[in-house]
Amino acid sequence: MFTSKRMVIAMAATALLAACAAPTLAPAPTKSPNLGRLATAQEIAAADISIPPDGSGLPAGGGDVRQGAAVYAGKCVSCHGEKGVGKPADALAGGIGSLATATPLRTVGSYWPYATTLFDYVRRAMPIQSPKSLTNDEIYAVTAYLLNLNGIVAENAVMNAQSLPQVKMPNRDGFIDYSRR
Amino acid sequence: MTDHHDPVSDAVSAVATADAARERRNFLKRGAAGLAAAAAAATTARAADPIGGDFPEWSTKIGTPLRGYGQPSRFEAPVQRYVQKAFGDLAPGTGGARAPIERLEGVITPNGLHFDRSHNGAPDIDPAKHQLLIHGLVKKPLSFSIADLLRYPMVSRMHFIECSGNSGLNLAPQPPQLPAGVMHGLVSCADWTGIPLALLLDEAGVEPAGKWLLAEGADSAAMSRSIPLGKCYDDAIVALYQNGERLRPEQGYPVRLLLPGWEGNMNVKWLRRLKVTAGPTHTKDETSRYTDPQPDGRARQFTFEMGAKSVILRPSSTMSMQGAGLYEISGIAWSGGGRIARVEISTDSGATWKDAVLQGQAMPKSLVRFRLPWEWNGQATALQSRATDEKGNTQPSRAAFRAEFAPDIRFHNNSIVSWAVNADGSVKNVYL
Repeated sequence: MFTSKRMVIAMAATALLAACAAPTLAPAPTKSPNLGRLATAQEIAAADISIPPDGSGLPAGGGDVRQGAAVYAGKCVSCHGEKGVGKPADALAGGIGSLATATPLRTVGSYWPYATTLFDYVRRAMPIQSPKSLTNDEIYAVTAYLLNLNGIVAENAVMNAQSLPQVKMPNRDGFIDYSRR
Repeated sequence: MTDHHDPVSDAVSAVATADAARERRNFLKRGAAGLAAAAAAATTARAADPIGGDFPEWSTKIGTPLRGYGQPSRFEAPVQRYVQKAFGDLAPGTGGARAPIERLEGVITPNGLHFDRSHNGAPDIDPAKHQLLIHGLVKKPLSFSIADLLRYPMVSRMHFIECSGNSGLNLAPQPPQLPAGVMHGLVSCADWTGIPLALLLDEAGVEPAGKWLLAEGADSAAMSRSIPLGKCYDDAIVALYQNGERLRPEQGYPVRLLLPGWEGNMNVKWLRRLKVTAGPTHTKDETSRYTDPQPDGRARQFTFEMGAKSVILRPSSTMSMQGAGLYEISGIAWSGGGRIARVEISTDSGATWKDAVLQGQAMPKSLVRFRLPWEWNGQATALQSRATDEKGNTQPSRAAFRAEFAPDIRFHNNSIVSWAVNADGSVKNVYL
């Protein structure tokens, strides 16, 4: 009896020690003051600039390779080099077939899995000194130019909300999804 | 260690000074009888003179006036982040400012020294004009002002943030001889306070089809990443405060996302928009950038959790020892998988390992400080540390990590760091 009482105390002490060694986090609050204001369709449309692979949200307009070459010469070449060879900024063309070699060259053409990402990224972040300054037509055009530089679309290709999501990038199947591991 | 700002050399000097003082006291005791009369005379003489002459200047005049916001001592001015601009002045806000981790102690990174990885500078956001929008696959799309968010119930948690490009420099063919912070300083730790993201998502009401969340920043790069909703409901925080004060602009003022233990790039700063989606958006940073290429040409995508990792900071690369004797090995460990369970240290180039002491309570997904006393015999050796978390995740050797990935792998390098201690006292970065 005496022993078992001591054991209980010892066990309680052990439990207490264990609790001290690994403190449990305070539970997160679950009650909201509900201060969110209902967003209007108009403000959502203005804010929503992300373009997923299915192309939903792509704006109206379009542009072709020739127009894109002019946009590239005016806005991009100083950082990305003639024909997208890179320096000082990232190379945008070349490297297709190099990924499994000792000298992989990862560019829009060789590495990026979706063409929609190119439109999305140029529109939100480029050119780096004046992001969000290009028109939708200019972005479609420069996208067409870069895809053509990589031999992914033809010289007469026109990029728009319909054609861009149809483009199959060479490395589309080159990624292994680790999000569930 | 010769760097006069180095805490170890300061400690060594302090010991030397204390020894000299003890010696002087002993000498005085030995001569006490003979000197008694002289001492009495000196005491009398002192009574007449002001004592100021025996004190340094700062003990004899009014100090710095009271001020609204404190600053470090001017003598600590050299303790700075290591700034690396990826494209120089072409894009001065693009690149990283790495925390000088080898010059810091404890686990909290001071706000001004927290590492900063930005893609086009820190925006100067007026909080009165900033909104956080939650939309997409939700019942009620909602917009929150910062004033609204500040009224919400909050949690405070200690968490590290580590850029997944941290330690990428240690993948170079030859070991760079640079301070630890330059190579491994894209990690920092703070006490973050904010709103559980789950609370805001529940207010908007996520539709059953919603499985991912697109988070987007209000900076010039409009940095965006896709996050599985499970993480958002697990421990994600919409953070407003860092170490007690509102976020610094470089850390996302007025509001940022905090995804404890997940790669830094996903902890979107200057948070402006959260869109619930059915699948990932495949943004530039989760396709072309933060993916881990394998030797077979394919690449792992959505490798979110940062691995178990540790680095010895004292001594570390570019420091130098001050002769044989007792030193304290001190460093930091962390894991995106949870709490650090143990840190082992080898002082014999990996032949044998000893457990270091972990300071305080190891919090999940937080830095922990480890220490181990070490009697250096003055002979050449190498120091290594190896962290293991509560789930058993540990650090691979550098060679094993290299073999698992393509030759140009840059991200998620959590391999064991090795410092050679040479007989001349120099401490060098080495690959073992």
